[in-house]
Amino acid sequence: MSKPSNEGFFWLLFSAGGVVAAVFIPVLLFLFGVAFPLGWLPQPSYEHLLTLARSPLARIFLFVVCSLPLFHWAHRFRFTLYDGLQVKHLNEAIFVLCYGGALVGTLLSGYLLLKI
Amino acid sequence: MSVQPSTEFHPRWYRAPVSTYWWMGSWRYSLFILRELTSVAVAWSVVVTLLLLRSLLKGPDAYAHFTHRMQAPWMLALNIIAFCFLLLHTITWFNLAPRAMPVRVGGKRVPEFLVAAPNYVLWVVASAAIAWFVLRKS
Repeated sequence: MSKPSNEGFFWLLFSAGGVVAAVFIPVLLFLFGVAFPLGWLPQPSYEHLLTLARSPLARIFLFVVCSLPLFHWAHRFRFTLYDGLQVKHLNEAIFVLCYGGALVGTLLSGYLLLKI
Repeated sequence: MSVQPSTEFHPRWYRAPVSTYWWMGSWRYSLFILRELTSVAVAWSVVVTLLLLRSLLKGPDAYAHFTHRMQAPWMLALNIIAFCFLLLHTITWFNLAPRAMPVRVGGKRVPEFLVAAPNYVLWVVASAAIAWFVLRKS
């Protein structure tokens, strides 16, 4: 390699986010996106979810579940666009868009979880 | 990739042009692209989680609005498709682990399914724990 790059760091975020996304995210989307709307399981009450989300452990958990998978997405989607569309001249714009999006989502989740 | 010399006297290497739709050529390539696209479902799930958290912050009316919005047919369809992609991500991710880190016991390589198995156990236990916390009556 001719110059040092940050790829290793981004790959680490990708990898950690991939694990978190694989283990924790399916059940969340299944419950809130499929099972509750279809009435397969009873929708939890507002008070119950608020109490749950306010506990320190849940805040940390939800922050990890929101932030790392977004960086997983940023890395993987970046390469999907590079390889799938082969738009070399747009690579820098794609980079900024992907990691910028992940950063905005992370900050937003941090804000929501602090205020909740 | 090494730097390819390209001067007046040394022509550029020929590189066959690749079609934008190269990944539609075979099932293997299509599966690769499908797997890569799972990241979109992951990002979408985070967006749903953020919408839920925002509704919890705003109050009971916002939460009722959120649950109502989740029942819209297009939203439901989107979430079912996204869930299928999430399963594809989980399965391909877990099955990759034994290849990235081959485990050897006594000089012999442990079969891949035995290395991947603990991942699935962890997945089931974590999912059950989360579901229990969300569903239990306080």
